Amino acid sequence: MSTFIVNGEIREVSDALTVGDLLDRLSVSHQTVAVMVNGAIIAREAFATESLHERDAIEIVRFVGGG
Amino acid sequence: MTEADHSIHVGAYQFQSRLFVGTGKYRTFEEMRDAITASGSELVTVALRRVNVDNPHEPSLLDFVPQTARILPNTAGCYTVDDAMQVAYLARAAGIGTLIKLEIIGDQALLWPDPIATLQATERLAREGFTVMVYTTPDPVLAVRLEEAGAAAIMPLGSPIGSGQGVLDVSSVNLIRERVHVPVVVDAGIGSPADAALAMEQGADAVLINTAIAQAGNPVQMAAAMRLAVEAGRLGFLAGRMARRPRAEASSPSEGMVAGRVGSS
Repeated sequence: MSTFIVNGEIREVSDALTVGDLLDRLSVSHQTVAVMVNGAIIAREAFATESLHERDAIEIVRFVGGG
Repeated sequence: MTEADHSIHVGAYQFQSRLFVGTGKYRTFEEMRDAITASGSELVTVALRRVNVDNPHEPSLLDFVPQTARILPNTAGCYTVDDAMQVAYLARAAGIGTLIKLEIIGDQALLWPDPIATLQATERLAREGFTVMVYTTPDPVLAVRLEEAGAAAIMPLGSPIGSGQGVLDVSSVNLIRERVHVPVVVDAGIGSPADAALAMEQGADAVLINTAIAQAGNPVQMAAAMRLAVEAGRLGFLAGRMARRPRAEASSPSEGMVAGRVGSS
């Protein structure tokens, strides 16, 4: 079990060693989101290899309606 | 074929339709999809927001945007250059190209653009390879500075975002049009088809409309109306408006009048 700050909220997530793992544990599609870890943007191709560490701050965003 | 059939170029991107539309404030995604289709728009704006991690299976907006339309992410909600840069990088990371609608707000109640931060961010984004469409005040001098900084389109507001007050300073559209080479897109404030047509008549290369369509009684019908209005205004601009005169000038010949009818009603 690791503790991350996901979209501003503290979350306990098991077996999340990479960004890709975390998205899978949260059931978030890799295709429709952009991810930032501790302020650094992670390219989609790097989701599977980008390691996560305890207390990392992760932002997961996607497109919504707007003008 | 008329000149109105010429397409509009924004950076490396090309559009046949001169109506750009937003995706906010619709009652349903289905209604939004049908309205975009009826508008004929090929460029639609979207915002970037946090995923609801507690409900990750929410339908994705992008599934309801017609394939014929390109996505224009905005930086709505940003108040600083750094915030806007971060949103732009995130949008690019989401994998939909280099287009960005730069919007940096300086007054929350008016959603009025911060001209200084907007100019600084335009410069940085253009340098980083973004195709920057800049939401700005209707200021002819600032428009020139934004173009020099690398803006791919100048998007002066007609009136405050979502206000539906129309284009309050219509003459500024023409003043900006005369001074920059990139497209001028009237963005924000358009409330009715008449507003859209007027902006196009004044020389706007395109208009960007969200609330006036999404919050209309019948958004799909209004989208079709806006499409016609934009085409009518564009054609009117190309055709060239008649000169205004202070007094009447008869349309019918003043000679050859039937004598007995002179002065009759």
